[in-house]
Amino acid sequence: MTQTPSSSGQSPKRRESAVSRLLQATELDTRLLGMVAALAMIWIGFHFFGLFKTGFGAFLTPRNLWNLSVQTSSIGIMATGMVLVIVTRNIDLSVGSILGFCAIAMGMMQVHILPQYLGLGHPAIWIITVIFGMAVGAVIGALHGWLIAYLAIPAFIVTLGGLLVWRGAAFLVARGETISPVDATFALLGGGPYGAVGAMGSWIVGLIGCAAVIYMIVAGRRKRKTFGFPQRPVWAEYFLSALGCGVIVGAVLLVNSYYWPRGIVRSYAAENNIEIPEGGLFISHGFAIPVLILLGVGIGMTILMNRTRFGRYVFAIGGNPEAAKLAGINTRWMTVKIFALMGLLTGLSSVVASARLGSATNALGTLDELYVIAAAVIGGTSLAGGVGTIYGAILGAFVMQSLQTGMVLVGFDAAMQQIVVGSVLVLAVYLDNQYRRASK
Amino acid sequence: MSNSEQKTPLVDLRNISISFGGIKAVDDVSLDLYPGEVVGLLGHNGAGKSTLIKILSGAYEADSGEIWINGEKAEINSPRDARDYNIETIYQTLALADNLDAASNLFLGRELVGRFGMVDDARMEAETRKIMARLNPNFKKLKEPVSALSGGQRQSVAIARAVYFNARILIMDEPTAALGVHETAMVADLIKELKAQGLGIFLISHDTREMMELCDRVSVMKNGQMIGTERVEDVTEDDILSMIILGKNPKREAA
Repeated sequence: MTQTPSSSGQSPKRRESAVSRLLQATELDTRLLGMVAALAMIWIGFHFFGLFKTGFGAFLTPRNLWNLSVQTSSIGIMATGMVLVIVTRNIDLSVGSILGFCAIAMGMMQVHILPQYLGLGHPAIWIITVIFGMAVGAVIGALHGWLIAYLAIPAFIVTLGGLLVWRGAAFLVARGETISPVDATFALLGGGPYGAVGAMGSWIVGLIGCAAVIYMIVAGRRKRKTFGFPQRPVWAEYFLSALGCGVIVGAVLLVNSYYWPRGIVRSYAAENNIEIPEGGLFISHGFAIPVLILLGVGIGMTILMNRTRFGRYVFAIGGNPEAAKLAGINTRWMTVKIFALMGLLTGLSSVVASARLGSATNALGTLDELYVIAAAVIGGTSLAGGVGTIYGAILGAFVMQSLQTGMVLVGFDAAMQQIVVGSVLVLAVYLDNQYRRASK
Repeated sequence: MSNSEQKTPLVDLRNISISFGGIKAVDDVSLDLYPGEVVGLLGHNGAGKSTLIKILSGAYEADSGEIWINGEKAEINSPRDARDYNIETIYQTLALADNLDAASNLFLGRELVGRFGMVDDARMEAETRKIMARLNPNFKKLKEPVSALSGGQRQSVAIARAVYFNARILIMDEPTAALGVHETAMVADLIKELKAQGLGIFLISHDTREMMELCDRVSVMKNGQMIGTERVEDVTEDDILSMIILGKNPKREAA
């Protein structure tokens, strides 16, 4: 693609090793591999650290990895939007507060307003609430975008103001109260044993994923043939297909090997008159719903960024705002749309966060803006603008959450966690700079 | 101008003025351009050449004055409007998004889309290969962001963008400033070729000799005002230089 340095820039002078030949043939992004390697190092590091310290490695267990995926969802969803904001040389410091405000707005809607008219537990409540929450986020985002684009107030200031305004507004709307419990169906969007799609559902998701991988490789090959572009070697195509499908199948096996806790199985069995066989009843979690939401958002945003005019204009504005304007792109209106999209995703993220918590508090999402920005930046989004990828931001969110989770597992206290997370952010940006310089 | 007077001008800028913060950057300037003609704009930096041209290309809106295209009054309020009139511009700064590849820059704002409105990168790349094979056969770096290209290669991307979309009016703001001898000659050949195809070309340059060779008429601006427009065969390089430096038209004053 256009926005990342390709792996083809390797110097031909060096004797080509098997690895570099593999990279060249498969056209895999070296930066992606670097992030995956970093993630693997964090995971393995924490696992063995725990193993040596307490005699039990808790990190690389289905249970922890499943929880990790759920915890990443909320930040990950917002990070995909933050990529667009940062690529266009802006920043959004208000997402955490908007998340809190949306949560409160949705809490009011589903607990205090809708049941009056529809009755408690009406099946439409969660749908209306989700749409409402996302709409609130989008409107706030659009307002920020308008202030930035048309009144020429710097994004830093507008969203710094927003950070205070929406947190305060969230408090005022609910008078500081926690709103609970959320609608039962709504709560499923936050994950948990019932908020996952189970073994069968996960296999279906996995098979669709594998089919999509193979389709993309076949379609890509056909397209290159049509225009006479150089082809990847056939073995590389097979390798990529196998790799893609392998990762997907591995993920399915992983989430399916995390079973419901015994207490929940017992109450589920009692409710449904199922007899628990000897040796216990094992029900797989499968993919959690928030993870599937993140997956859907990731795919949707990737298509938006790489395959639509909108995405092309986002990169063009980031690369050279003047040139974008001269090419007839309405850069102001684009800014409004980008911030509205950021707000929309924040609303969606708020759905996941408050559903997971089972309630809405005005403190929800505090400091999230920093984790979201950090995720995008660790994922290779350049603060100078013009460069960034969606998958990078999602991986960045995984890195952030893995650090967080890992430190909790090995018993670091909160102060230590902050020091590590902050240092890693700075280190990641430094390494990224070095990488860019080297690949130039 | 006897032979061109019977034809309708392709572009007729009438009494154009624009001010920035009280300074008249362009002050009541009129200028026309006929099909198959190259009109050169000369003047010091800050004389108002680029500003005048940016009004025609839609980057600025004039405070007063009219633009007539092909004998009809035109409303040009944005770069998009200008493109709708088949006006293409090669800006002095090239106006390229450095982080995008050649094809994305060439089609910026006018992407080729396939089904479902998805941008068709493969088709755009194939089209870019075609036009580049004509303009700059040495051009091979189609996948790289344009920041990785040399000055000349970047220039050819900007030129390709203007030429690809069948411009009828071409504005070239210092198209050879960043180029070597060989590439400059290629641009000169291209200008002649496009002129023969009947395009009207506004050319801005500081190189008076180049202007004498390529242009049919030259216009000189100073301090936002039009000093004069002359056919190149009627003036010498020295006449033009004195117009640029002194702001006087020696030929007119002699007459």
